[in-house]
Amino acid sequence: MRVWNFKGGIHPPTKKLGKRSSIEKMPIPQKVSLFLAQNIGKPPKIIVEIGAKVKTGQEIAKADGFVSVPLHSPITGQVVEIKKQKHPVTSRPADVIVIERTSEDEWIKIEPAKSHDQFSKEEIVKRAQEAGLVGMGGATFPTHVKLSPSKKVDVLILNGAECEPYLTIDDRIMVEFPEEIVKGALAFSKALEVENIYIAIEENKPLAIDSMKRVASPLGIKVVKLLTKYPQGSEKHLIYAVTKRTVPLGGLPMDVGVVVQNVSTARAMYRALELGEPLIERGVSVTGEGVESPKNVLVRIGTPISHLLKLARVREESSRIILGGPMMGIALNDIDVGVMKGTSGISVFTDDIVKKRTEINCIRCGRCVDACPMNLEPYLLYKLFKKKRFNEMSDYNLMDCIECGSCSYVCPSNINHVKAFKMSKTVLRALKR
Amino acid sequence: MKLTTAPAPHIHDRISARAIMIDVLIALAPASILAVFMWGWYMLLLEIGSMVFAESIELFIMRVMRKKKEFVPDFSASVTGLLLALNVPAGISWWMMATGVFIAIIVGKEVWGGIGNNSFNPALVGRIFMYISFPAAMTAWPKTNWFNFSQAAYHLQTTATPLGEIKMHGVAAASKDFPNLMFNSFIGNIPGSAGEMSALALILGFVYLWWKGIISFEIPVAYIGTTFGMSAIFWLVSPNAYSDPTTSILLGGVMLGALFMATDPVTSPVSSKGKWIFGIGCGAITVLIRYVGSYPEGVNFAILLMNALVPFIDRITRPRVFGEVGRNA
Repeated sequence: MRVWNFKGGIHPPTKKLGKRSSIEKMPIPQKVSLFLAQNIGKPPKIIVEIGAKVKTGQEIAKADGFVSVPLHSPITGQVVEIKKQKHPVTSRPADVIVIERTSEDEWIKIEPAKSHDQFSKEEIVKRAQEAGLVGMGGATFPTHVKLSPSKKVDVLILNGAECEPYLTIDDRIMVEFPEEIVKGALAFSKALEVENIYIAIEENKPLAIDSMKRVASPLGIKVVKLLTKYPQGSEKHLIYAVTKRTVPLGGLPMDVGVVVQNVSTARAMYRALELGEPLIERGVSVTGEGVESPKNVLVRIGTPISHLLKLARVREESSRIILGGPMMGIALNDIDVGVMKGTSGISVFTDDIVKKRTEINCIRCGRCVDACPMNLEPYLLYKLFKKKRFNEMSDYNLMDCIECGSCSYVCPSNINHVKAFKMSKTVLRALKR
Repeated sequence: MKLTTAPAPHIHDRISARAIMIDVLIALAPASILAVFMWGWYMLLLEIGSMVFAESIELFIMRVMRKKKEFVPDFSASVTGLLLALNVPAGISWWMMATGVFIAIIVGKEVWGGIGNNSFNPALVGRIFMYISFPAAMTAWPKTNWFNFSQAAYHLQTTATPLGEIKMHGVAAASKDFPNLMFNSFIGNIPGSAGEMSALALILGFVYLWWKGIISFEIPVAYIGTTFGMSAIFWLVSPNAYSDPTTSILLGGVMLGALFMATDPVTSPVSSKGKWIFGIGCGAITVLIRYVGSYPEGVNFAILLMNALVPFIDRITRPRVFGEVGRNA
């Protein structure tokens, strides 16, 4: 079987600690805390008040515009608090809805729920928004927007690369729920009117490849094996690896006729169609050297991260808790924040792995240039950053940096380019306004 | 449980500037040890002394003048010191060596802002300074003196190098003074700078660095290839005046320069294409200085001249950004 690839990238130890741990269903929490802003685009508008009784699956915030999705209550209970809390992704205060559980699940499902192939193209797109679907690989871009491309699309790729070290949830979802993924993929392809469907998986997940092939191949869906390399799951690089098409700078996948969806998103699509379930539950890996038993769990959105840590038995000496994986994840200082729609994993590390290293001058070794999957020159951009020449950084394609962290990973001088580039991007956006 | 936060990525490759420098020192070990076999304990004193002195200067600058209290030596100064010791005749006075090291570290590196900021290879800056300041001592090449450890090289009778001999008296005279020139220059049995004679030892060291992924092959291949090609032209035109191309790349500083000096990442281009241009330029200038200019050897000047062009080479060899259309840089 051919192995698909792209230029650049790095090979960190994959450390898929939990790849043999079957997915467990996490007990429903007594309390959930839901950030209103769970997706890229506009956050939804709150439609409940403090004291309101809500049922599982009930809409508690409605979509505000096209690039926005509603939020649903993951449990049956009562809204006890609506407050501001620091959002881990944006680091700004954001609205949080806190719901306390009062009884067993009483569902409000989205009607009508019928077999996935009974839906029309328009119904599928509409259902994706109604169910609050967003890209579950971490980008959280609203799914229905991706399903309504303004250009002709002829290829659909399901992203099962999961190139981020440690994370195993997509792997397990593919091993355990291949039928649901494939049905979701068929719904996507119907919405997009696409014939070519690929499921792309890194070659370090042989079980997932076998499982998907068994279900997908008879239906004409191609399962392709990707080289195990970070950032293989980056949308542009995935598209290149699979179709050899290059997304132009500043362009979107649909510019080259491709739409990419995460495998977990496909599963959520299936459940929204056939079971009428909105997105209130997702798979999360709890992993890293800082936990005793790495796990893959299905949890309700909003479950406090501290519950997950307890379940995986976090070690006392752990010092870093990361929302996501170690390459792009965000370090938390508050473990009571709830799981979000884009939370694919919680990685926990001890000090010896994440210890701070002293930065020294760049020695121009060129490793960052070799590692950069976008073919940028991180050493040069960093030099300009040091001189605060932001506009020049923009000329050197700073805005095309995908913030994958490969340059910082390989830097022998321990320079954190990504941190500098994120700051510079913020400065440049502010300057443009 | 006490939580720490830091920006992503949270994991790091097991590589550091210090590890790279230690590998370079390991790669220079064969040539350095061979030099001690050839010139005795005094050579060892020069090598170790230069490294220690270079590190001391850097430590003083970083801790006292730059007030970086947490600075720990990264061994880059040791590399400079050792390279310089391998680049001078074995009979050099210890105080001349010390002056050269001082200039290499201060003028070659620290005045630019320390590691990573210098435009020119510090060891070569030090060597040029010594070459101009102590011209007699820097061209007094002691005769080889195998396994005679106690006799210091400065007591030895001096002689011309094969390169000088060829330049002055032609190939015929040189091959009389230096029989089996090609073989002897490959294993290192000829007079010259302390560490530059044995192509074998230098290639061994380079293969180690290449295998570890620390330096790439482009600059050495371009440099040595160009030197070989241009020497071949001269040799074909006039075989009596110029040595054959194989001997040409084995003689003098080409091996040491191409494998260890021109490949210094700080002072060479970053991109693969840039490295080819840089290597070809170094080779061409080396041959032109040897055969057209007045010096018998041109490696030192060639690399320094090309060092000056690195920013321009970097500019014209920028990689094409993924997804960019239209530009073919």
